[in-house]
Amino acid sequence: MSTNTFYNEIINEHNLNPYHKHSIEGANFSLEGVNPSCGDDIILNLKVEDGVITDGAYEGDGCAISQASADIMLDLIIGKTKEEALHLADIFMRMIKEKISDEEKEELEEAGILESVSHMPARVKCAVLGWRTMSEMFGR
Amino acid sequence: MITDTEKRIREEFPLINSTTLAYLDNSATVQKPKCVLDAVSRYYENDNANPMRGLYDLSLRATEDYEKARSAAARFIGAAPEEIIFTRNASESLNLVAYSYGMNFIKEGDEIIVSVAEHHSNFLPWQQVAKVTGAKVIWYDCEEDGRFDLDTLLGLLSDKTKLLAITQVSNVLGRVNDVKTMAKMVHEKGGVIVVDGSQSVPHMAVNIKDLDADFFAFSGHKMYAPMGIGVLYGKKALLDKMPPFLYGGEMIESVTKERTTFAEVPHKFEAGTVNAGGAAGLLAAIEFIEKYGFDFITKREDMLTKRAFDRMKEMPFIKILGGEKAEDHHGIIAFQVEGVHPHDVSQIFADSDIAVRAGHHCAQPLHKHLGIMSSTRMSVAFYNTEEEIDRFIEVLSGIRSRMGY
Repeated sequence: MSTNTFYNEIINEHNLNPYHKHSIEGANFSLEGVNPSCGDDIILNLKVEDGVITDGAYEGDGCAISQASADIMLDLIIGKTKEEALHLADIFMRMIKEKISDEEKEELEEAGILESVSHMPARVKCAVLGWRTMSEMFGR
Repeated sequence: MITDTEKRIREEFPLINSTTLAYLDNSATVQKPKCVLDAVSRYYENDNANPMRGLYDLSLRATEDYEKARSAAARFIGAAPEEIIFTRNASESLNLVAYSYGMNFIKEGDEIIVSVAEHHSNFLPWQQVAKVTGAKVIWYDCEEDGRFDLDTLLGLLSDKTKLLAITQVSNVLGRVNDVKTMAKMVHEKGGVIVVDGSQSVPHMAVNIKDLDADFFAFSGHKMYAPMGIGVLYGKKALLDKMPPFLYGGEMIESVTKERTTFAEVPHKFEAGTVNAGGAAGLLAAIEFIEKYGFDFITKREDMLTKRAFDRMKEMPFIKILGGEKAEDHHGIIAFQVEGVHPHDVSQIFADSDIAVRAGHHCAQPLHKHLGIMSSTRMSVAFYNTEEEIDRFIEVLSGIRSRMGY
């Protein structure tokens, strides 16, 4: 697999100009996620009202994959219920670690572009950092 | 285009000769020449028995092969054979010193000076010794350019100093430290110096008597030998008074139910069946290095380093860790690409068929001291080619645009 296809415009755009990398007011869920071996470090902040994620953002540092993946995740889960977000996290993890159906991949929307990480064992922990942190935050 | 010399060298290395990968992670481990692989096979095909056990010819041959390797390792660094202990690698060598010497001869209130540039394997054992004995670890910081100032050391030394742990060449900075002068300074205070030679021994001539180091550790696998064989040099007088590190077979003189007396050094420190195949490989690796000679090896590696370094210096978005001159780097260049995380940098290199290392290179205190989390490192061996360096530079110059800048 060539990097020319992997570090594509979508990943680069989410890494360089992240939409959700900032602080937010009124977050009631907050958790730090770290990959100690490579220094990826994010703090995920979510605002959940009546079971619905109404706002979310992250702060931190790390490689393009960890940062872009967290940004893409927030695009996807803001406006969804906790259960829907956890359902998407489950699909995302299976996409990276095993295999998912075409229908499931469609549910992931833009996050589906990270599927190729499943062939890059050293980068799996980068891609799942945001999703893992969100799942932990909701008690999974 | 590769030169005839490069072609001749590369043909000695089956893996190098059969891949298009530009292998620039030689500080991590080097590829193995055919003569080393053959020596390991030859040992197992012709001479294999448990060394130092049997009285039959085959076991005697196995013992002889093993002891020949010890003599070669001794000659290679200017030591006596009884001062050479075979271990698995430099980490085990350093642990041996920490557990056998450190735990027994360092006491509460003593001070252990550790350079900030140490690989974790020459820091963590001392951290443990300090924790168990109540001694204190004192950090010996380097300057911003990676240089270790001798006046700084002078300020740290005291009557409490029992040990200085320092690498001869940092696996991140690539700079040669003046361990000879440091040894003298530590000895004046009655302490010992423990030198990590992992990155120096494969790339430059080392004479242990000239350095006057008390302990000196290195790994076989970084000097063309197989993985799993390493060396600890220790001054005989120190080794004699140290208790064994590991207990077991063939490290004893006599054993009764009540008490045991131990074998002489170096066997006292080599419990259990040894890595005789690895030792045979190490012997072949030493002969391989001696065939080319360090005049040739060091010169080639310095040339390759300079070729990369000078081009990297021209790139405004590259920050090189350590010295300002190519001559400060001895085959190792760790760097940062502005705005691009080292893991992304090494990923792009990997996908461009170039192997470099990203991360903290087992030297987290050094990275912290330099105010960064991690870096990317390229490191050469004399089988690398000018063309590979040029490929490395070409990919490096395009990384930022590939990341969307």
